[in-house]
Amino acid sequence: MDKKKIRVLVAKPGLDGHDRGAKIVARALRDAGMEVIYTGLRQTPEQIVETAIQEDVNVIGLSILSGAHTHLFPRIMELLKENKVEDIVVIGGGVIPEEDIYELKKIGIAEVFTPGTNTKDIIKFIQEKVK
Amino acid sequence: MFNAEEINKIKKSRLKWESNTLKNTLPFFSERKDKFVTGSGKEVARLYTPEDLEEFDYNTQLNFPGQYPYTRGVQSTMYRGRLWTMRQYAGFGTAEESNKRYKYLLEQGQTGLSVAFDLPTQIGYDSDHSMALGEVGKVGVAIDSLKDMEMLFDGIPLDKVSTSMTINAPANILLAMYIVVAEKQGVSLNKLKGTIQNDILKEYIARGTYIFPPAPSMRLITNIFEFCFREMPLWNTISISGYHIREAGATAVQEVAFTLADGIAYVEAAINIGLKVDDFAPRLSFFFNAHNDLLEEVAKFRAARRLWAKIMKERFGAKNEKSLMLRFHTQTAGCTLTAQQSDNNIIRVAMQALAAVLGGTQSLHTNSRDEAMALPSEGSVRIALRTQQVLAYETGVTETIDPLAGSYYIEFLTNDIEKQALKYIEKIDKLGGASRAIEQGFMQQEIQNSAYRYQEEIEEGKRIVVGVNKFRIKEKPPKGLLKVDPEVEHHQLMKIKKLKESRDNHKVKATLNALEKAAQTEANLMPFILDCVRSYATLGEICTILRGIFGEYKESIKL
Repeated sequence: MDKKKIRVLVAKPGLDGHDRGAKIVARALRDAGMEVIYTGLRQTPEQIVETAIQEDVNVIGLSILSGAHTHLFPRIMELLKENKVEDIVVIGGGVIPEEDIYELKKIGIAEVFTPGTNTKDIIKFIQEKVK
Repeated sequence: MFNAEEINKIKKSRLKWESNTLKNTLPFFSERKDKFVTGSGKEVARLYTPEDLEEFDYNTQLNFPGQYPYTRGVQSTMYRGRLWTMRQYAGFGTAEESNKRYKYLLEQGQTGLSVAFDLPTQIGYDSDHSMALGEVGKVGVAIDSLKDMEMLFDGIPLDKVSTSMTINAPANILLAMYIVVAEKQGVSLNKLKGTIQNDILKEYIARGTYIFPPAPSMRLITNIFEFCFREMPLWNTISISGYHIREAGATAVQEVAFTLADGIAYVEAAINIGLKVDDFAPRLSFFFNAHNDLLEEVAKFRAARRLWAKIMKERFGAKNEKSLMLRFHTQTAGCTLTAQQSDNNIIRVAMQALAAVLGGTQSLHTNSRDEAMALPSEGSVRIALRTQQVLAYETGVTETIDPLAGSYYIEFLTNDIEKQALKYIEKIDKLGGASRAIEQGFMQQEIQNSAYRYQEEIEEGKRIVVGVNKFRIKEKPPKGLLKVDPEVEHHQLMKIKKLKESRDNHKVKATLNALEKAAQTEANLMPFILDCVRSYATLGEICTILRGIFGEYKESIKL
C-alpha cells in the first residue's frame, strides 16, 4: 500500500535570522521521508497560513528565537481557525521559556521543542500525530 | 625550529616507542574511540612531535608580538600592558531600561559598552510598523529616532567610554545618531572610540538582518569607511564577523575562511571607490566565536591573524603596520549553551573565554548561563563578567604573551587551519569573490552541511553534550528568567506619536528629500543621513527612502 507522504511547512515567523535549527529540522524531516517546504526568514502570520493552505500541509513547524512567539503564535492559530484549517498540526521550537509553553499549548500548539531536542523525537511526534 | 637531522632522530625514537611501549600497552588499554576529532570534526593524532612541524621557521611563521605576521599577537606587550576590553553585549526594552543596565555594567567594572538593538531597529522598521509586532524591545533596545539615542546614552560621557554597536543594514543611521548625541554632549568626533558592526555580507550568509541588496549595501559600508577616515580616526568602521557564521554551524576553518573572504570583499570595494588601502585598513576590525574545543580555538585565532596579515601585505600591498593587524572581539559560543542543567554553561563559557584570551583577543563578551532560555538576568550577567575578571586577575594566563606558542599541537593546528582556510578563499575567488559566492549560496550550503553533520553526531552519541545526551537529570524549570516588559511596545508607540507631533515636520521632509536625491547619485550619504537624524526623522522614515531607491534583498534558499 502506498502511504501518502506527510507534508510539513517549516516556517520562520518574526524578524529573527536564526535559521540553523529550522534548516536542520527541515532536512531531518525530509530525510525521514516527509515532504518539506521551508519558507525562509521574516514571514508574517498571514503569509505562513496562506502558504500552509496552498501547499496543503499536515503540519506547520514554527521556529522562533526572538521572544516574539507570545504575539505571533496566537495570531497564527487565530488565522488557521478563521480559514477553517484547524486540523493542521502546529508545533514550535526555539528559545521559548517553560512558562510560555504552557500558555501556547492552551491555544492549541501541539508541542514545543526547546534547545537540545533530538530530531528523531520531532519525527516520531509528527508521525504519531498525523496518521 | 628543528633541523633535518634532529627530526630524523625523533622519528627513529617515535618508531621505537610505537613498536615497543605503545604496542605493549594498546592490547591491554585500548583507546576510548576509533577516531578522535576536534570540535570541528578534524581528525586528531595521538601525539604531535617536531615531525609535524618539519618546515617550521620561528622568524617567518611566528616572529615576535606586534611584528609581522602577528601570529603571537598584535601588541608588543599584550595583556602585560593592557587587559582586553570586557564588553558585555546588552540592551533590551526601552532606551531608559538599557541605559540603566549600561550604568550597572560600568559600575561592576565593565570597560566598554556593547549595544544590542531590537530586530525592528536592525531591519529598519519603526516600532509602529506592522512587521515590528511582538518584536519591539525583545532582543535589544528599540531605537526609533535620535530621541531614543539621547536617552540611551544619558549620563554616559561618550569621550570616556568606547561603544560597540551591533548594527548592520542601517549602520549609517545609528552611527549618525551616535555622532549627533556626541555633538550634543560637546564631544568632538575625533575623540569617539568604538566599533560599528557594519558587516552586511555575513548577514546574507548567516545572521539574517539584511535590508538592501549587496551593491547599495557595499556602498553604504564604504561611505562609513570614507567618512570615518576623515572625521573619526579612532573609530573601528567595521567588525568583520565570523561569530554568526560559526553560530550557524560552520567549522573553525570555515569561520576563518568566510570571514576573511568577506574582509577581502570590503577591501576591494573600498579600493574600487578610490580609497587607499592604508587610509582605511587600520580601522578594520574583526569578531570571532570562541567555541568548545579549547586548543583548536586558540590555534584558530592565531591562524586568522597570520593569514590576514599575509593577505593585506601580499594581495593588497598594504604598507602601514596597522593595516596588517587583525584586531578582534570575541564572544563565547551561544550555540553551545544548553537549556538542560543551565548552570553547566558557566563552565563552558569559562573554557571558551580562556581560549579567547590564550588566542590574544582585544575584547571579549562572555555569555550568561541562562541564554538558551531567555535574555540574561542581571545576576547571570554578573557571573559572566566575573568569569572574565577571574581569568584576568587570578589564573596567570595574562602574565606572558602567547603562552601556548611552541606547542607541537598548537603550531600544527595553526598551520593547518591557515592552510585549509586559504584553500576556501581560493575557491571563493574562483566563484567571483564573497558577494558572488553568497548569491550562489555557496557559503550558506557549506555551513548547513557542517551544522547537519554536527547535529547527527550529537544524535548518534558520537559527540557528547553534557546534560543533553549524557549525564541527564530530571530538573525543574529554571526560575528568575528575564522577561521584557510587554508595555515596551506601547511605550515606544506613544513616544513616536509624540515625536511626530512635536518636531519640525517641514524640516524632516526637506532632509529626507535631500537624502532621496543624493541616494540616486554617487555621493557619500553620511552627511545627508546626519541631517535627517538631526531633524529627528525616524529610522523607519530614513530606511523607507533608501528602500525605495535601493530595493530589498531576497535570500536564496537551498536546503
